[in-house]
Amino acid sequence: MFIQIRDLTKYYDKYLAVNKINFQIERNKTIGLLGPNGCGKTTTIGMMLGLVTPSFGEILIDNKNINSFKRDEILKKFNFASPYVELPKKLTVKQNLEIYGRLYGLEDLNKKIEEISVDLDIKNFFNRKTGELSSGQKNRVSLAKSLINKPEILLLDEPTASLDPDIGDFIRSYIQDYKIKNKVTILLASHNMSEVERLCDSVIMMRQGNIIDKGTCSELIQKHGRGNLEETFLKLARSKNEF
Amino acid sequence: MNFNKIYALGLRHLYLIMNSFPRLLDLIYWPTVQIFLWGFISKFFTLSSDYYSNTVGIILTAAILYDFLFRASISFNMMFLEEIWSRNFTNLFIAPIKIREIIAALTLTAILRTLIGLVPAVLIAIPLFGVSVLKLGIPLIFLLISLYLFGITLGLLVTSGLLRYGPSFENIAWASLFFLAPLGCIYYPIEILPPFLQIIAKILPLVHIFEEMRNILMTGAVDYSNMAKSIGISLIYFILGILIFYVSYFGAKKRGTLINMGE
Repeated sequence: MFIQIRDLTKYYDKYLAVNKINFQIERNKTIGLLGPNGCGKTTTIGMMLGLVTPSFGEILIDNKNINSFKRDEILKKFNFASPYVELPKKLTVKQNLEIYGRLYGLEDLNKKIEEISVDLDIKNFFNRKTGELSSGQKNRVSLAKSLINKPEILLLDEPTASLDPDIGDFIRSYIQDYKIKNKVTILLASHNMSEVERLCDSVIMMRQGNIIDKGTCSELIQKHGRGNLEETFLKLARSKNEF
Repeated sequence: MNFNKIYALGLRHLYLIMNSFPRLLDLIYWPTVQIFLWGFISKFFTLSSDYYSNTVGIILTAAILYDFLFRASISFNMMFLEEIWSRNFTNLFIAPIKIREIIAALTLTAILRTLIGLVPAVLIAIPLFGVSVLKLGIPLIFLLISLYLFGITLGLLVTSGLLRYGPSFENIAWASLFFLAPLGCIYYPIEILPPFLQIIAKILPLVHIFEEMRNILMTGAVDYSNMAKSIGISLIYFILGILIFYVSYFGAKKRGTLINMGE
């Protein structure tokens, strides 16, 4: 198994944010991380990115504990995009991609920037400051930054939040296409259930720091007797002591 | 250390200055205003004080050196704050860059920001007030090294506070230098301070730096042991500053404040 999360736990003082969660992700699969706000998704992503120190438990990549890697060695394998994390607003799109290309130690940087900017259709605002872009343009630039190092593991936090249906569909189609062409393992946190159904091989449902269910979308829909993933999510999110 | 990554972070801040005229203006404006203000005060004192007679420019030179310290520290803080304000903090801290490379990049880029602001002001002081810090000669290099190390140390302590307490610690960033200024004996000799404060002042490098500056300008003699002392003290504080930064970084990871920084 490529990624293994074992008994991962996080306490913020006495508050239990993530409670002994266990899951595995096969290489080149896309897993959806679902749950209501405050259920522990961001903390889980933070622990995987090395931004949060777990209280207990471990994260294994290729059977090797994440802590046994050097910081720069492990972070080369990862990247992350979220509409809540931005790139420097006063820098142009090209300057931002150049900076992050250098930070990820890329060779043939100009060629890679050119390729990704054509793929994501961001060339026409390449020399504009990132802060002057629309939400849709910013999201595409953020996605370009997250793919610039061709990560083995891509963490996406609500990649289409606050986008119009057209741009949202563009992003989803791009990710779908990118998965086919490249070897990438994706952990996708999203509140858009149709997006999850479209992109994810399986999903993990979290509530109050616990994993309350997991499986493929169709398995969960069937198991909980609902018509689609959204209804299944609502049932799981609103249930109190069922799990 | 990967110098390409250090260069990349430096470039990020250079682009920021180049792309934003108000930022560039801000860098140059304040040191220039300081030079004008202290230039006129200095001129008045040299005409009206026995202590400063025949030593034109002591106050202005002190003001320039103090501003160098101030700019170095503020530059370090500002670059760190820019990452928080632009909500780029998470992107930076998940990039494969070592913490020591981040510190090195901020330290090296701070000198660039400091010089952009101070060089025009220093050049203005020459024709306008007939004062040049270059009159200090070779010892100026050692005084600047000591000031720079201490300025960066203060920057490290403030950024450690930002990591520990979040953006709300920002106000301390602006206040930190003013807190130490009275003990630094920048414009007056150490004997002015009450005896108990003299003891505290002597463990700061500032006293040794500014005492030596006055000594050189007033007597023309150079006491290298005084400069070695100031660099030694600054270096100790600098190493302590780095250790505190690391402790704050690991503390922030434990508390989870790195993921919400800037929100």
